[in-house]
Amino acid sequence: MEVREKIRHFITANFIISNEEADVSFEDHENIFSLGFVNSMFAMKLLNYIESEFGFRVDNDDININNFKSVDNMVLLVNKMRGALT
Amino acid sequence: MNEKEQRHSKDVKCLIWDLDDTLWHGTLSENPQVILKPGITEVLESLDHRGILLSIASKNNFDDCWRKLEELRVAHYFLYPQISWNAKSAAVDIIGKKMNIGLDTIAFIDDQPFEREEVGSTHSEIQCIDAGDYLNLLNYPRFNPRFVTEDSARRREMYQQDIRRNEHEQQFSGPKEAFLATLNMVFQISDAGEFDLQRAEELTVRTNQLNATGVTYSFEELHFFSNSDKHDLLVCELTDKYGSYGKIGLALVEKRVDAWQLRMMLMSCRVMSRGVGTVLLAYIMNEARRNGVKLRADFRMTDRNRMMYVTYKFCNFYEISNDGTGNIVFENELLQIPEYPDYIDLRINRNAIWK
Repeated sequence: MEVREKIRHFITANFIISNEEADVSFEDHENIFSLGFVNSMFAMKLLNYIESEFGFRVDNDDININNFKSVDNMVLLVNKMRGALT
Repeated sequence: MNEKEQRHSKDVKCLIWDLDDTLWHGTLSENPQVILKPGITEVLESLDHRGILLSIASKNNFDDCWRKLEELRVAHYFLYPQISWNAKSAAVDIIGKKMNIGLDTIAFIDDQPFEREEVGSTHSEIQCIDAGDYLNLLNYPRFNPRFVTEDSARRREMYQQDIRRNEHEQQFSGPKEAFLATLNMVFQISDAGEFDLQRAEELTVRTNQLNATGVTYSFEELHFFSNSDKHDLLVCELTDKYGSYGKIGLALVEKRVDAWQLRMMLMSCRVMSRGVGTVLLAYIMNEARRNGVKLRADFRMTDRNRMMYVTYKFCNFYEISNDGTGNIVFENELLQIPEYPDYIDLRINRNAIWK
């Protein structure tokens, strides 16, 4: 699976939906945190997932809501980290 | 302090018992009429009252043992009993994970040197105790928390409520948030009163993963802060339809004219899966904004509290100082503050409204 599909799949499987009736679908550019709220548990799960799935540790400087707020931004982060490794 | 003493220095949160020739005399599979060792019930009762959780790691048939424990009227003391033919090192690991506590806060008691060796060599953090010493357990310093609070005496009961909640959760299908809404959670934030201070001290000592500063204030220091008009010491309590989780969060805010500074912020690990980790922080952010001041927060990075770091960063705190050894100060302009989740009923119970 591509990075993008993997991340999408993880979010769909774990996301806390803010409104029962809300459509669970979301666009890759959409801010997933504006669909719900910032939740420590979910943020940590997301970070752990990205690190274990793609095999690097995210620097403290890169731990911010901007890098994790959408699928697009997480893909950028993963590509940046992979670039830094090679 | 030598290395071994240092390793086994934290207060014990859970004592794991062997059964045959440890809890009772004899081997159940050979003699169905086993009897409890003298004084065992009193030991269990005292440990339970002190808030030390009890569990079992025994190589036996589960149903036979559990029936016997019920017959002996001690079954209710034990959480997550691991009675099977697996290695005890694996059993203690499972218990630690289920209770969500570190192995360095677990002790194990068994009459057989082989079993103590097997557990101790796999997990050097776990203190292994010879069953012959069971009458002396109550005198061990690690089994004597400084205070026995209302919450510690109810700790086992709270875990048992959690087990019922988790069963309810496993049967639930639908969005996670819809499940949380079924719990009817009430999150109450109050100024710490005289009665809360012991629990507050206990929380600072017991909480690792969701502790922002790692600072453990003494009862006397907390008492000072709760009476200081330059500080606010806040506690929060979470209740749901299964009962109270007890006092589960604590924050110390130092109020200066130009900025407020969070000197301490911690949440009990027990409420991690309840989606309430940012509620207290969001409340303080809102109050600081209402008072027209920035909010700063002290943070001390450890190998256990990364979730707290992530929480701050995701709430738009940024580092304004970092000494390179893990001491960080965050600041927040408070332009964006996380919303309170819909599924909790937030109640504020303050002595005085902040000016």
